[in-house]
Amino acid sequence: MENLTEERPTVQVENLVKIFGPKSEKALQLLQSGCSKQDIKEKTDHILALKDVSFSVYPGEIFVLMGLSGCGKSTLLRCLNRLIEPTAGMVLIEGSNIVAMSPEELRETRRRKIGMIFQNFALLPHRSILENVGFGLEVQGMPEEERHKKAREALALVGLAGYEESMPDQLSGGMKQRVGLARALASDPDILLMDEAFSALDPLIRRDMQDELIELQERLSKTIIFVTHDLDEALKLGDRIALMKDGEIVQIGTSEDILTNPSNAYVEKFVADVDMAKVLTASDVMKRPEPVAPSTAGPRVALHLMEEHDIASIFVVNRQRQIRGLALIDDVVDALKTGKMLEDVLITDVPTVTCDTPVAEIIPVIADSKYPIGVVDVFGKIRGIIVRGSVLAALARKEIEGGWSAAPEASVQQTVLTEKEVDADADAA
Amino acid sequence: MQTLPKLPLGDAVEALVDWLEDYFGWLLDGVSAGLKFLVDGFQDLLLLIPAPIFIVLAAIAVYFLTRRDSKIAVLTAIGLLLIWDLALWNLAMLTFALVISATLLALAIAIPLGILAATNDHLNAVLRVGLDFMQTMPSFVYLIPAVIFFGLGNVPGIIATVVFAMPPAMRLTNLGIRQIPTDLIEVADAFGTTPWQKLIKVQLPVALPTIMAGVNQCIMLALSMTVIASMIGAAGLGLEVLKGIQRVDIGGGFEAGLAIVIIAIILDRVTQNILPNKTSP
Repeated sequence: MENLTEERPTVQVENLVKIFGPKSEKALQLLQSGCSKQDIKEKTDHILALKDVSFSVYPGEIFVLMGLSGCGKSTLLRCLNRLIEPTAGMVLIEGSNIVAMSPEELRETRRRKIGMIFQNFALLPHRSILENVGFGLEVQGMPEEERHKKAREALALVGLAGYEESMPDQLSGGMKQRVGLARALASDPDILLMDEAFSALDPLIRRDMQDELIELQERLSKTIIFVTHDLDEALKLGDRIALMKDGEIVQIGTSEDILTNPSNAYVEKFVADVDMAKVLTASDVMKRPEPVAPSTAGPRVALHLMEEHDIASIFVVNRQRQIRGLALIDDVVDALKTGKMLEDVLITDVPTVTCDTPVAEIIPVIADSKYPIGVVDVFGKIRGIIVRGSVLAALARKEIEGGWSAAPEASVQQTVLTEKEVDADADAA
Repeated sequence: MQTLPKLPLGDAVEALVDWLEDYFGWLLDGVSAGLKFLVDGFQDLLLLIPAPIFIVLAAIAVYFLTRRDSKIAVLTAIGLLLIWDLALWNLAMLTFALVISATLLALAIAIPLGILAATNDHLNAVLRVGLDFMQTMPSFVYLIPAVIFFGLGNVPGIIATVVFAMPPAMRLTNLGIRQIPTDLIEVADAFGTTPWQKLIKVQLPVALPTIMAGVNQCIMLALSMTVIASMIGAAGLGLEVLKGIQRVDIGGGFEAGLAIVIIAIILDRVTQNILPNKTSP
């Protein structure tokens, strides 16, 4: 994350102010002379919607604007492509100030660089799905054949191939928003503005869409600015989160920053209701995968490792550190007596989860399993081990201490270590 | 016992009309000639085709215009056959030509003005006063200026009809565009449309059902005006109804009235069903 600051931001917002009302100039002067939102409301009957907002979003980042309704997050998002005209301040889109652009320049920027996705899908009811997706391209003046080709590609990307000729009102909510996503992606913009994009969907579909967005983002690496009022969603999607209140950004940071070091009472209150089972992932609760037995080793080595570490079972891995199975101490002793190989006594159907599986999904797995769970990365390599105790401990810590911050225990440090290893591996790969 | 001196309002109006006729007579003559050409053209065109062939063609056209609604097509054929049988065919075609001319003219004014009113609040405020004025005034009152400027005949009939039939089309165009959900307008803007692209690709198509309701209203009002317009010499079925009233010719008046109703029903059904229902593909 540190290296991000050296890159040029894709979107840079500086001292943005938005005042709603007919004589916003006068209200702006009041603001600059130090009046509060309340003062301005009383003196001029103008609404201060955004007060001196600054932030930067870097290439490939999902930046979440979060806050309760009326905090100005949607207004802020609309200032980024000037659907709402800012009263003062700058919005730099890849280095050029959109606030100062002529109508032609603004149109060109909106057409090529910024895609937008709306809460209520906003599909044009008189157009087929294909024509909806091709809308941006049509506006750019792209010939029909090429436009339809690109629209088909975008539809395939969001998993809606085959629905080209349907009309919007024949689709379910989740499908409509996929169309919205495809429409924004069709003209291949660098920046996606997503305004409460999943808030109108029912919870199950919403989760699917979030997963799909993450997956798409891994492939496409857009710069996404995502507005939501749902903290769980923000924590799940956001590389960084800006928490807003009354038109100001209260705190910007990664999910962990916001949860761990709430900058003030407001943030603390906001994050107090977070369901830790959803926030914490396997990598937060797992133990280091030590020891593991190489599959080439015999029963004697495995037994020795278990005795040394005082454990009753051991994961057996191949040379690529992929899990082959779990060996229980009784079985290993048995194998030694009867002269069997370690491979012969392995339990191969051990449940595994990935590093980013939420604890909420691990709990049912671990409840059904007599053995520890293996945590693997995308290549199937072992990253850690979860036993019942560690999940409960992680959740209990939250319950008792009232915050994740006050529990810097050994296992937490281990987690950090493991994460670093993961990062290092990912870089190498 | 009138103590207040009477304002010379009537004299002033007469002077104004004289002045207009002196200086803008050429314009009035031009408008008059243009409208006459329009109506005559439509009438000639409609009468060019023999009635039986016309009836068949009309039924087929209606069938396809209403997206294969055979009920409306059969209704059209039976209605037109009845008019032919009552020997009102030529008069009906003249009425039809008058209604088409008046409606086209009214829509040509109402729809662009409605669009402008939807995008400009000041213009909307001004136009609304004008529309209220036009709609509160009894329709007979329109006849006076129409006669003054255009004499008697079909042309003043069309002018009065246009004034009478225009307001709902303008109001509904304005309303239809103003009622478009904000996020659809935002979509247009966010994807970088020019104002013209926004109008053609988003605003008009989305507002079309409401605008079509206005078109339907416009046609219905134009038809209802045919009888009234016959008082200033507009010909066609309306004049037959008027004659029926004046001569207490109940049978003749009824037949002509029925023919008007038939045309009204056909036009109403067609314009209401010309757009697909929202749920069908």
